[in-house]
Amino acid sequence: MGSRVTFVKKEFFHILRDKRTMLILIIMPIVEIILFGFAISVEIQGINIAVVTSDMGETVRKIEEKIDANPYFKIAGTFYSQDEALKMMRVGKIDMILRFPSGLDRKILSSNHERKSVLSASPVRIIVDASNPNTAVTEQMYLKNVLMSCFSGEGAVAAYGITSGISFETSAVTPEETVRGTSAVASSGTASGMIGGTPAGTSGVASIGHEGNVVPDIRLMYNPGMQSSYNFVPGIMGMIMIIICAMMTSVSIVREKENGTMEVLLVSPVKPLTVIISKMIPYFVISSINLAVILLLAKFVLAVPLSGSLFWTCAISMVYIILSLALGMLISTLVKTQAAAMLSSAMLLLLPVIMLSGMIFPIESEPHFFQWISMTVPARWYISAMRKLMVEGQQLSAVLPELGILSGMAVLLISVALFNLKSRLE
Amino acid sequence: MGENAIEVRNLTKRFGDFTAVDHISFTVGKGEIFGFLGANGAGKSTAMKILCGLSLPTEGEGTVAGYDILKETESIKKSIGYMSQRFSLYDDLTVAENIRLYAGIYGVSDKEISPRTDKVLANLDFTAEKNTMVGSLPLGWKQKLAFSVAVFHHPKIVFLDEPTGGVDPVTRRQFWEMIYKTADKGITVFVTTHYMDEAEYCDRVSIMVDGRIEALGSPSALKSGFGANNMDDVFQKLARKAERG
Repeated sequence: MGSRVTFVKKEFFHILRDKRTMLILIIMPIVEIILFGFAISVEIQGINIAVVTSDMGETVRKIEEKIDANPYFKIAGTFYSQDEALKMMRVGKIDMILRFPSGLDRKILSSNHERKSVLSASPVRIIVDASNPNTAVTEQMYLKNVLMSCFSGEGAVAAYGITSGISFETSAVTPEETVRGTSAVASSGTASGMIGGTPAGTSGVASIGHEGNVVPDIRLMYNPGMQSSYNFVPGIMGMIMIIICAMMTSVSIVREKENGTMEVLLVSPVKPLTVIISKMIPYFVISSINLAVILLLAKFVLAVPLSGSLFWTCAISMVYIILSLALGMLISTLVKTQAAAMLSSAMLLLLPVIMLSGMIFPIESEPHFFQWISMTVPARWYISAMRKLMVEGQQLSAVLPELGILSGMAVLLISVALFNLKSRLE
Repeated sequence: MGENAIEVRNLTKRFGDFTAVDHISFTVGKGEIFGFLGANGAGKSTAMKILCGLSLPTEGEGTVAGYDILKETESIKKSIGYMSQRFSLYDDLTVAENIRLYAGIYGVSDKEISPRTDKVLANLDFTAEKNTMVGSLPLGWKQKLAFSVAVFHHPKIVFLDEPTGGVDPVTRRQFWEMIYKTADKGITVFVTTHYMDEAEYCDRVSIMVDGRIEALGSPSALKSGFGANNMDDVFQKLARKAERG
């Protein structure tokens, strides 16, 4: 018994006296959480937009004001011709062009009398720099939303007392293309009022508007502010835990092999299991500290709600930590040098965790083959469980499959690692 | 059993087609200093692993410290000490912490550890270095300390695997004095080495070639038997016959 305590103490000494590694272990998660939570955001801000109009009427000015007031957009200038604006886009000064047809005020007024859709002949056109297709789609969606609220929201109603329909024509271009390219999304759509105006109904249920149009009432569940940190925090947890645990355990075991101390331990009456478990305990403690730090940062700095059971969030995380430690143990039985241990844990883990865990890229949109592979990536199950618990606030029953799979994987990894360790000694 | 520290008969270890150890038989008496010589690849390490209870022989039988090498490996591990050719203490632990760790592993009681540590350190003239990190000690000191740690729990047999590799002649000399003192206490010393002058210090030596023991006896008997002036000549004559290595 006494020897086991000294053994664990020895492992703590190894870690505590290696100041640099200690620092990495404690600082890395904090830096990554903050980096991914703040700096790396999928939201697009500061979109430079150029307005093209031949006559500056009341409506256009109101819309410009509204766009400029929006934190996502910045009006980069107003032009009389589309060609001038396209030149600006080609040199990268602007991201989008919004072109209004002439005589917009007059048309809106007349449509008010006739109560029918306007502008079908000369639509408002959105031209997007689509050299980055993802941003282009997002940008034009943002702008459409702003425009719709202009034509339907309180501002428009107050100013004109009307609810009018408007059609948009969106084109996506790259700076090299002067000709309008094919549209990025459904290029034009007719939307009539209501979007910003109707009181929220049941989510996902479309209500019938005045003129018989179907108007979807959209409600964003779980993450109403569309905060990307909600999505990233579970992902980062899944990545950091497995890499820290696996890398550190494997390196620490292999270091003993390299130094020759493992030989002495094997000759001694100490059971290999004791050696391994004593190695896992300090890393388990450190990872638990990391977990606590990450959860605190998530809650108080990134404002992720942690709406589910805190107990189960921690419990599942600990299963995941044990699994990762076992993975490190397994790696250590397969390699001979610390460098190999470090490389194989980084290479073996980093890419699958980033690509196949759903951390950044949704698994559902990957080819079937990769979806199958992703089933074997522990991080996938952990991240899914954490999203359900932390963000969606679901009950334990919702994450039971993930908990089961993770526990199963942990048991499997420990058994394989122990078997490997034993057969290595023979 | 009884009288001898180590007894093996027809010990054989095969890895697939390769026979690393080929039917070796020998005995080592209590308190004897037994030199286990052989070129690299002759099968010394494999044989030593079997004797230490780390691996099981493919064929053959034997006892170490009175325990069966096939069935009682755990008991063997408790009765032996081991020092490896590579340095085997933890650099990032202090002298006292290293001793404490290994003493604990071999089941020395907590009450005994402290006074015994002081005694060992006094013998080594190391008392001032008790709380020094082992990593900052010179190699010769580390080796002497490692040896003291290996015999700290008073084992019946201590296995030394090339203990003096890379150590200067003065320290080697001191090291062998420590070995003699240990043997005087009745601890059997089983030592491998590549230094033939060290072979002369042993009570008896065996020389392994291609997995077999080609010569076994006291250094003087071997020298006269092979008509050689020193152990180096004996070794050269035998080792040159080797087909592998």
